[in-house]
Amino acid sequence: MLIDTTAFLGPYPWRQVPGTTPEEVLAVMDRVGIREAWVSHLPAIFWRDPGAGNRWLYRVAGEHTRLHPVPAVHSGLPGWRRVLDEAMERGAPAVRCDPTFYGLAPSGEEVRALAAACGETGLPLMLAVRLEDARQRHPNDGAGELPPWAVRQLIRSHPALRLLVTHAGREFIEEVHFGSTPEEAQRIWWDITWVWGPPEDHLQTLLGTVGTERFVFGTGMPLRVPENSVAKLDLLDLTSAQRAAIQGENARQLEARPA
Amino acid sequence: MGLESVTLPEAAGLSPSPDPVQIPTMLIDVHAHFLHDRTPRADWRERNASRLRAGGRIGITTHIGSVLGSWGMTSPIYFPSPTDLEYGNDRLLDLQREYPDRIRGYVCVNPNDTGHAVREIERCLGLGMIGIKLAASRRANDPLLDPICVLALLHGVPVLHHIWQHRSREYPGQEASDAAELCELAARHPGVNFLLAHIGGGGDWLHSLHVVRLVPNVYVDLSGSGVDGGMLEACLEAVGVTRLLWGCDLTMDTGLAKLRCLEHLLPPDQLESIKWTNAARIFPSGAFQSSSPPTLPDLC
Repeated sequence: MLIDTTAFLGPYPWRQVPGTTPEEVLAVMDRVGIREAWVSHLPAIFWRDPGAGNRWLYRVAGEHTRLHPVPAVHSGLPGWRRVLDEAMERGAPAVRCDPTFYGLAPSGEEVRALAAACGETGLPLMLAVRLEDARQRHPNDGAGELPPWAVRQLIRSHPALRLLVTHAGREFIEEVHFGSTPEEAQRIWWDITWVWGPPEDHLQTLLGTVGTERFVFGTGMPLRVPENSVAKLDLLDLTSAQRAAIQGENARQLEARPA
Repeated sequence: MGLESVTLPEAAGLSPSPDPVQIPTMLIDVHAHFLHDRTPRADWRERNASRLRAGGRIGITTHIGSVLGSWGMTSPIYFPSPTDLEYGNDRLLDLQREYPDRIRGYVCVNPNDTGHAVREIERCLGLGMIGIKLAASRRANDPLLDPICVLALLHGVPVLHHIWQHRSREYPGQEASDAAELCELAARHPGVNFLLAHIGGGGDWLHSLHVVRLVPNVYVDLSGSGVDGGMLEACLEAVGVTRLLWGCDLTMDTGLAKLRCLEHLLPPDQLESIKWTNAARIFPSGAFQSSSPPTLPDLC
């Protein structure tokens, strides 16, 4: 069963992107064969307070059981811990934070506080390295990419924290994985959205060096066409067990569980 | 320059993909690259073999490749020396001879040495290459490219030009061009067909699509790592199916993804145009095995 951990709903501020409504995303999921999707509210990443996006997300998820809300937490705002409480109450598989878009230091005090709270509650924290290729970003889209050192610092900041890092490429993943202790590395999951397939074979290499158990299926849709992530799997030499792990079982292992 | 033998997943004890990957009929990748022994890549054999193996799974019938000199080993990737160009082109000719049914070549030249570029084009086209590759050695609208385009017209081959989609500044290591600069060149040489390289290869692809919309001898190569939602629709809207060419460049997974998306966007006959008949129309007659010269379909 395919579980997309990195889907978005809602329009993108920097260009027109087709298919951003829940119904359209569900139709594309059917087209590609994705059973469930963890969805984030795309516009809220750019808002001063993503809270209104979370409310919309919960409402949509209530109407569409295949969509699982990943609420956004801006830990620089007062009262952010309530977002975590609500996420637990509503059964969110994870929460996300996009510190560079909020103007927060990626591993600064506010984000470390969120990381600690996630570690204490058992909620995985999702962090995106990027949303778009840096070479094509809008001239006014100036938020920096998530740096690998921030991920290394965050995973060390709390012993129970579990991270899902999305939209990372091979070099980023290797730097963080091998720049962490084995125990720390076991608490980081990576989505395959930004990892190259053949002929460079970055994904095949990483599955061998970092481990199949560390990777989850993700598409980044609708900013990216979801067929790409399926194509990556189709072009790999995988056992059926490996494929099942990436397609959904690893995500099931990762999703929120009470601390 | 033999490639390593290709091991099929079944032979390695692995289960085949649950969904059939291969898409039947002809499929031409207009933007492939190959490596050789005098590049910085110790894994050059594996990468070449991986391209052919993935191509087999996807159903690619012809990889039209180029070699950018020594890929930085003994001269810069985008400013290759004459010696490196000759060596790279020779290795590509070796591959073309070794895989005559699957690999065809663009002769790669550096227009800054016009005399060498002209000689190398004549030499390699004479040995069976089917196109000219220009990377980022000289701005596309520079007069130094004119003699190269004259040769392209003379031999009836297209020119694949590396493009930075909306180059808004200079980038180190290359004298990159964008669609506007390529279209200036295309306007000076209306009898030559140009391939605007990798629309998904980085930069503002919408800018490029606005520029090429009304330039009939510029084709959009769909390759590149970018698989942005809406990009394929925008390509179709800008130039129609008759000026789109399928390709992969450095990421074959994105090529397969675009193909699968296009299957949902287009009826089968129009998809064939992008998969191969457009390419068969602009490359020399007989360039591809089992292809007959297609007529322009009644599209768009």
